[in-house]
Amino acid sequence: MADGEYTAHQESPVKTPIAELRGVSKRFGSVLAANNLNLEISEGEFLSFLGPSGCGKTTALRLLAGFESPTEGDVLLDGEVVNSLDAHLRPVNMVFQHYALFPHLTVAQNIGYGLKQRRPRVPKAIIAQKVEQALEIVRLEGFGERRIWEMSGGQQQRVALARATVNEPKLLLLDEPLAALDRKLRKEMQIELQNIQRRLGITFVLVTHDQEEALSMSDRICIMRDGQIEQVGSPQELYDRPANRYVASFVGTTNFFDGTITGVDGDRACILIENGQTVTGWNASGYSTNDPVSLCVRPEQIHLSHNNGSGEALAVLVLNRIFQGEQTEYLVRHDTFGEFLVLAPRQSELNEGPFNVDEWLFASWDASGALILSRNQSN
Amino acid sequence: MRIYAFCVYLFLYIPIGVIALFSFNAGRHASQFQGFSTKWYGKALSNPFVMDALETSLTVALVSATFAAVFGTMAAVGLQGIRGPVRTTFDGLIYVAIMIPGIVIGIATLIALVSVFNFVNPAIAAIWPEGVKPPKLNMGIGSLIAAHTMFTMALVVIIVRARLSGMDRALTEASSDLYATPLGTFRQVTLPLIFPAILAGFLLSFTFSFDDFIIAFFVAGSETTLPIYVFSSIRRGVTPEINAIGTTVLAASLIILIMTQILLQRGEKKKK
Repeated sequence: MADGEYTAHQESPVKTPIAELRGVSKRFGSVLAANNLNLEISEGEFLSFLGPSGCGKTTALRLLAGFESPTEGDVLLDGEVVNSLDAHLRPVNMVFQHYALFPHLTVAQNIGYGLKQRRPRVPKAIIAQKVEQALEIVRLEGFGERRIWEMSGGQQQRVALARATVNEPKLLLLDEPLAALDRKLRKEMQIELQNIQRRLGITFVLVTHDQEEALSMSDRICIMRDGQIEQVGSPQELYDRPANRYVASFVGTTNFFDGTITGVDGDRACILIENGQTVTGWNASGYSTNDPVSLCVRPEQIHLSHNNGSGEALAVLVLNRIFQGEQTEYLVRHDTFGEFLVLAPRQSELNEGPFNVDEWLFASWDASGALILSRNQSN
Repeated sequence: MRIYAFCVYLFLYIPIGVIALFSFNAGRHASQFQGFSTKWYGKALSNPFVMDALETSLTVALVSATFAAVFGTMAAVGLQGIRGPVRTTFDGLIYVAIMIPGIVIGIATLIALVSVFNFVNPAIAAIWPEGVKPPKLNMGIGSLIAAHTMFTMALVVIIVRARLSGMDRALTEASSDLYATPLGTFRQVTLPLIFPAILAGFLLSFTFSFDDFIIAFFVAGSETTLPIYVFSSIRRGVTPEINAIGTTVLAASLIILIMTQILLQRGEKKKK
């Protein structure tokens, strides 16, 4: 991969932040659920909080919604500090994890609930009209008079979405909205969510623990761990230039090789891997000689071949082979580097003939595809 | 084991069955069945003392159940927002209120009311204008309602609390997220969802108050409720008329209890 392709793929243009977290911390008793969060959310973007359960992503969302107020720092909406502003006064709506639809109301009454609370009152005819439009957007025309328990899980999900979007909020918060759906439905809803977001131009903030979901839908992803933000960036940035080992291992699959820097040359550095072999890597973060580092190589960056083309390739033994159609995943072992994963495109096997288990091959990668990261889990 | 259970049920329900059966007795003796007749029902209904007692009982039951439902719901909703030792204490006190024997509540209420009246009546008389007879607080329908409300309120609190704690917290959060004020949320989300429980609590309170003899006996003063009437007329001998009254009360109570059960179950189902 050429260097140029690593440059940040910035899609979101510079706009005024619609919401902002400034040094926000939230403490529940002795638990620090959110620790010094700093984040700007721009208008119209699709931002995801990604992380394992208990990483503070839901707390971040609830701080924006107004269900929690920060212990420290400021939460801003549209440039105004709203730390202690109650949820019902915020121009923000939320799609709850289990939808939280009102069981005693019809679908239409659920969707119109937010409009009905507006003061001065919104005329009934206008509410009815907007509810109708919202039903159309989520493709539930004619379901208005149904009861909630008569709807399937996917339909309830859409009602919840319509109930939130009909109010045209400044910010739409989605708390693991697809977690309760089966795989096929989840794929459909992912596409639908994106379509709705583009159509309405509402800023979406999604919370998820599913990296695939975050990668496929978001403009930007905010990776969280232990109440802290690890990195914020576009999916491609996070994948190509993870800030640390945690992000690299959380987004996609990666091989790590620990070593020490022996020499720096521009944005390249030589690393002595622990058992004595020296390789070149991309020193994007500017580490200096003798720093203990970790070399991060994505499986698809590694090239397998029957012959040692450049003379510097590693001799590896194929341990396992999983055919996945357009690509094949190999688990290989090298005397010094140990075991690692290689993802070979179908074409390379077609060109070179099959790579079989127990066969000795040569593995190589470009220095630009081997990112040097700190050896610690975080920065 | 089965025979044992059968005997227990027989023992429990035979007396009740006999009462119901003899209410249809054509003869005037409670021990000899002399043919089927509904004349005792007619007789009971045309007895002015019975009707008076019934009216008192119904009034007390209706008013005290209404008070219990309102105050009980308020207490339950209030307790929902409290955590920690205060809540545990209140929870404990509510269960204790239900477990205290009726006779203790009766005596306690009687003594409390008498002391209050002894203090309040002279005070009222003192500030009353000369020449006009001052009103005098006394035992009667008011004290009956107060005593019954106090006891049945605990039932309502427990029933409503169970329903509230089974309610998804996300529902009230969703309502608040959709711009509803706290009061709006209570009116539009919480109240409709706990309403079956409130109604069930009301009906249970109603039957309790309607059937209660012990507490009523202490605090009724000169008033006569239906159970008190039955008790005092038994001393003059048991007639099928008493059986007829008993059977009517039993039937009414059973119907209300079944309604309560249906209400609570329907509420559960809707929630899912």
